[in-house]
Amino acid sequence: MVDQNVQGAGIKIKNLYKIFGPRGSSYVEAVKNGMTKTELNEVHHHVLGLRDINIDMPAGGIQVVMGLSGSGKSTLIRHINRLIDPTAGEVIVDGVDVCQMNENNLRQFRRHKTAMVFQKFALLPHRTVLDNTVYGLEIQGLSREKQEEQARRWIERVGLRGFEDHYPNQLSGGMQQRVGLARALTNDAPILLMDEAFSALDPLIRMDMQSVLLDLQKEIKKTIVFITHDLDEALRLGDRIAILRDGEVVQQGTGQDIVLQPADEYISSFVKEVNRGRVIMVDTIATTTGGPADAGHVSVASGTTLEEAAKTMTDANQQYATVVDENGKALGVLSMNSLIQAMVTPISHLTAVAAE
Amino acid sequence: MDWFYSFPNMNDETLRNLKKAMDEGFKAFTREYGDIIESFFQPLQYFLIQAERFMTGTPWPIMVLLIAGIAWIASRNWKIVAGTVLTLLLIGYFDMWSDAMKTIAMIFVGTVVSIVVGIPIGIVMARSDGFQRVVNPILDVMQTMPSFVYLIPVVMLLGIGKVPGLIAVVIYAIPPMIRLTNLGIRLVDKDVLEAADAFGSSSWQRLKNVQIPLALPTIMAGINQTIMMALAMVVIASMIGVQGLGQPVLRSVNGQFFSLGLFNGLAIVGIAIIFDRVSQAYGKRLQKHQEVVHG
Repeated sequence: MVDQNVQGAGIKIKNLYKIFGPRGSSYVEAVKNGMTKTELNEVHHHVLGLRDINIDMPAGGIQVVMGLSGSGKSTLIRHINRLIDPTAGEVIVDGVDVCQMNENNLRQFRRHKTAMVFQKFALLPHRTVLDNTVYGLEIQGLSREKQEEQARRWIERVGLRGFEDHYPNQLSGGMQQRVGLARALTNDAPILLMDEAFSALDPLIRMDMQSVLLDLQKEIKKTIVFITHDLDEALRLGDRIAILRDGEVVQQGTGQDIVLQPADEYISSFVKEVNRGRVIMVDTIATTTGGPADAGHVSVASGTTLEEAAKTMTDANQQYATVVDENGKALGVLSMNSLIQAMVTPISHLTAVAAE
Repeated sequence: MDWFYSFPNMNDETLRNLKKAMDEGFKAFTREYGDIIESFFQPLQYFLIQAERFMTGTPWPIMVLLIAGIAWIASRNWKIVAGTVLTLLLIGYFDMWSDAMKTIAMIFVGTVVSIVVGIPIGIVMARSDGFQRVVNPILDVMQTMPSFVYLIPVVMLLGIGKVPGLIAVVIYAIPPMIRLTNLGIRLVDKDVLEAADAFGSSSWQRLKNVQIPLALPTIMAGINQTIMMALAMVVIASMIGVQGLGQPVLRSVNGQFFSLGLFNGLAIVGIAIIFDRVSQAYGKRLQKHQEVVHG
């Protein structure tokens, strides 16, 4: 899967531990041997931030890290550019372990390899939109002309043209985060770190910003690490999703993996409320047997979501559709019945019924 | 039960010897190092004399225009400029022009020294908790110790004159500068600092681009306080030979001249108000971006 357009850099997180407290490193062994978060906290007064995190983030994709507050997701993203130092483990970007970098290399790494968008925007209040946007390039020491050229391009791209000379507090939250996004993109780093970037925004504006991001990603193909506490957002944005709980990864995979096979009760309780039709793909429920001989009137591409397939079939007024791959080869048959079943019933029930 | 009613103090002999030893020790120190310390403050004296020469030597109409011009540049407010000019004219009309100019020169130099020394100390203090723990009690002493007490060693070391007066003014006026610089930097939004780090700022870039600009309103309040405290010191500094509006006030206390004291006192108040309004308006103008708020 080598895509020539990919600009991102892969990130490998290996056996990462973070224990907060004055003598964190002396408890790593104990935690590895199974000491619980509660014991560490109550007996030793240290806080377990992350336990044995292993995530492989492929270049050019959107990796979502999802978890509720206190799950360690913000701690995790801060290890990638080492705003927080790990207690043990490795974060490998482009073959180099970020955790081993000296101060100077780390600074260069932050300047050229990563850019970050923050939940609370974190714009400089005394600088205009333009001056905020050039910040990363200014730090790098580029000429003002080049800074502005890049910045103006991205300001326009995120839809803020005409606001260059406004101060952040003259803008709405959504617009401020667009500045945050433009600032990060102007840096033109292969890795984009987004820490609950849209969580502080109104639902409608949040949707809007998600579309902006997905749209941009088609063009920039960076490695994006996106932190969120919202499963719908995670499913909409994430090529891959890792779910964090109490500092541990409880499940990782594609959105569909997580919706179809929640690893435990905790994840099931999240997944329950999800609009399944937008996550599950036709391939999952298509069958190679059954269905009438004239099923092939409508065809839907492999990888289509149930919701889109349902719309195609309703528009064509058909009860059956053929699932085809990119070459037009039939892969299986889809019935309206199974489609509706999969959209409304948890898949575990569905398979139970099918087995009868 | 004698000890119960009268405090069992050190016996007179020991106490006398202790004080004597301290006094002689300090006198010896003065004899030994007085000249070196005096030469150390030579540049300050030069600066002070030049400032005073400029203020008193420039013809008054030019001086009025100059101060009004500065007030305009800093505040962009006609009312403040008009108030400034009126105050200056009244001071001149009541024959206090040259004293007032000497006082302004003194305040100016005192404030500049306080800023130049105070801001770096405040910055270091904000970066190091250890340094803060050391400096804070010193600042407490500087602010609460009656100024006459530290005038004694200063006069013993440097004699009577402008420089010891300036030092007394700075000792009294610098604490708010240091404290508010420290406070301002410590209160800078952690999220914004984190963003600066995430983009790879060096610590100088952090200071220059984020900490100082965001702390500026607090630092400006510190400068304003420093100016006010320096003015308050003018009368006390006149006791050790600092010329200006303090001298006639001192004379009027000694000779019970009510009107002389009142006029000069009011002139000090007038200058204080000019400095205060102009520096505050300037501080506010620097924070223009805070004014227009979205919905």
